[in-house]
Amino acid sequence: MTDTVNILATADSPRHSAERRFRIYGILAIAVSLGFLAVMVISIAIRGTGAFQQSFVDIAIELPAEKIDPDGTGDPVVIKKSRFGSILKKALRERFPEAKSRKEKKQLYKLVSSTAEYSVRDAVVANPSLVGTTATFSVRASSDVDMFLKGNIDARLDESQRRVSDLQLSWIKDLQEKGQIEKRFNKQFFTGGDSREPEQAGILGAVMGSALSLLVCFLLSFPIGVLAAVYLEEFAHKGRVNRLIEVNINNLAAVPSIVFGLLGLAIFLNVFGLPRSTPLVGGMVLALMTLPTIIIASRASLRAVPPSIREAAFGLGASKVQATFHHVVPLAMPGMLTGAIIGMAQALGETAPLLMIGMVAFIVDIPGGITDAATALPVQIFLWADSPERGFLEKTSAAIMVLLGFLIAMNLIAIILRRRLEIRW
Amino acid sequence: MNIHPNIEGSQAVTNSTETGPIIQVNQAQVYYGEKQAIIDVDVNIDEHAVTAFIGPSGCGKSTLLRCLNRMNDVIPICRVEGSIKLAGQDIYAPEVDVVSLRQKVGMVFQKPNPFPKSIFDNIAYGPKIHGLVDNKTDLEEIVETSLRRAGLWEEVKDRLNQPGTGLSGGQQQRLCIARAIAVQPKVILMDEPCSALDPIATATVETLIDELRKKYTIVIVTHSMQQAARVSQKTAFFHLGELVEFGTTEQIFAAPKEERTQNYITGRIG
Repeated sequence: MTDTVNILATADSPRHSAERRFRIYGILAIAVSLGFLAVMVISIAIRGTGAFQQSFVDIAIELPAEKIDPDGTGDPVVIKKSRFGSILKKALRERFPEAKSRKEKKQLYKLVSSTAEYSVRDAVVANPSLVGTTATFSVRASSDVDMFLKGNIDARLDESQRRVSDLQLSWIKDLQEKGQIEKRFNKQFFTGGDSREPEQAGILGAVMGSALSLLVCFLLSFPIGVLAAVYLEEFAHKGRVNRLIEVNINNLAAVPSIVFGLLGLAIFLNVFGLPRSTPLVGGMVLALMTLPTIIIASRASLRAVPPSIREAAFGLGASKVQATFHHVVPLAMPGMLTGAIIGMAQALGETAPLLMIGMVAFIVDIPGGITDAATALPVQIFLWADSPERGFLEKTSAAIMVLLGFLIAMNLIAIILRRRLEIRW
Repeated sequence: MNIHPNIEGSQAVTNSTETGPIIQVNQAQVYYGEKQAIIDVDVNIDEHAVTAFIGPSGCGKSTLLRCLNRMNDVIPICRVEGSIKLAGQDIYAPEVDVVSLRQKVGMVFQKPNPFPKSIFDNIAYGPKIHGLVDNKTDLEEIVETSLRRAGLWEEVKDRLNQPGTGLSGGQQQRLCIARAIAVQPKVILMDEPCSALDPIATATVETLIDELRKKYTIVIVTHSMQQAARVSQKTAFFHLGELVEFGTTEQIFAAPKEERTQNYITGRIG
């Protein structure tokens, strides 16, 4: 007589239901976090995509030679001094002669961007043969018109409740019927600097500011961080002091970034007298912030190098420095670079320390070097989010999209680097 | 306990008796912090012979081996007393350059540990850092001779640029031996070189060890008594940090004088 051996699963056993429950919890947790992420990304995308388009108004402008360039020199200096504002206004009045009163004329002028006269000026400077003719220019519509065309202003509201008047609506309709107003890809957003006018504002100044700051940050923090990590991990005596330093570095990594900003303000600006609002100082402050991250990541990747490699090098008669720099550091490099890139990505999204050192200023020019005044991407987002104009709302979301794009790109590079350089044992 | 070479022992001992011991260990004591790992050990290593260190785990055989080229220096709590002489020079004397010592006394480890570089670079690294070569031709020559001596040349000559980590375990270990040979050492220390290898690769490495004995002095730590019996001319048996018995391999295995040796080789302890 043999005992029956029961190996069939009993579906209702507590062990099985515990497993099932745990799996459901896990799936729920993932679903919730993915849901939040999706809501964030989708809402930003919906709000921000409008910024990549801009409405343009086609308008025939008479360019009288006697007003612009009476002597026919074609000299840009002379042309630039002309009053394109009144030339543009005259063209608008000719296009819509029904605007008679002062108030109506004012509404008429507000159809186009207040920066439109400069784009006309620049076009004429670039092509002086236009002087004396009547040419059709495509100028930026004002932000209010742009917002209306993108459906952000409800025409059914009472006139007093909206920023586009009935008269302006009729003009827009007229322009639309004649095909003289249309939305195009907004190149200015990617090639221009900041502006007070939403329709003119671009992100390139902030991108350049961020790029220059990160360059400074990398050049400072990577070598210092790696050398510190190599010394602490490979050369320093593993005693109480080393542990104390390690604890402090870990603490530094958790210090709120605004503290580093205050430190930068107190030391770099007030003691060293470095120029305010510049990527140089911004990069230095970000380097302070990134250093602990790089040191921690570098130490971890140095520790991950198998001791057998060090032994092999020592066994051949390599000195400590040779073993470290010929073998250990190259093997740890992928991990160090990954850590550095992740640190950089953190620095890219950092706003608070940059506010402290004055990178929050309104800067129209695109910075050309590390000592030019600049702002950075997250600060630009902060500035635009703070602006009351309706047009900046979509710019803010678009800037967030650009920032997220850079972050994703950097993290991708980190992953690719790790995959490429990693040595399998 | 210092047993002198037995003329009636193996062939190699007979061949090398004129040259005398290349390494003399005298009253060696090794401490790890408070713990003493080696107690009063005297051993003479003959030139051009294979000396095997056997004994149960933790008996100090690897510790002693690592003292012979000061690999224990990297362990901060390790302290060595007594004298260890290489060709008459105390290797723990303050004026000794560890780098040159390790060039003269090479080491092969338990687990094959080629650098994750090409086969060529693995061999070429040692000669480069010691400045043994001036030009590429010489370097290539050293790489070829080293690989030939390690019996690996025929297998890898067409793929010198491929990573050394891509070889099989046995080939990797022979690569490590070739790497040790490339810096022209006098002595090669082997710390259980076959414990990570399969029996066929082990046989190849053992044949190689026998071959290398003609040019180098070899000290091998092994867990396998059969291996000690097969490759060595002299055997030292360690137990609990003490050298229990040292003599020709034949004598140790055939007629051990000490009871502990007898017990170990018959499998009663260890």
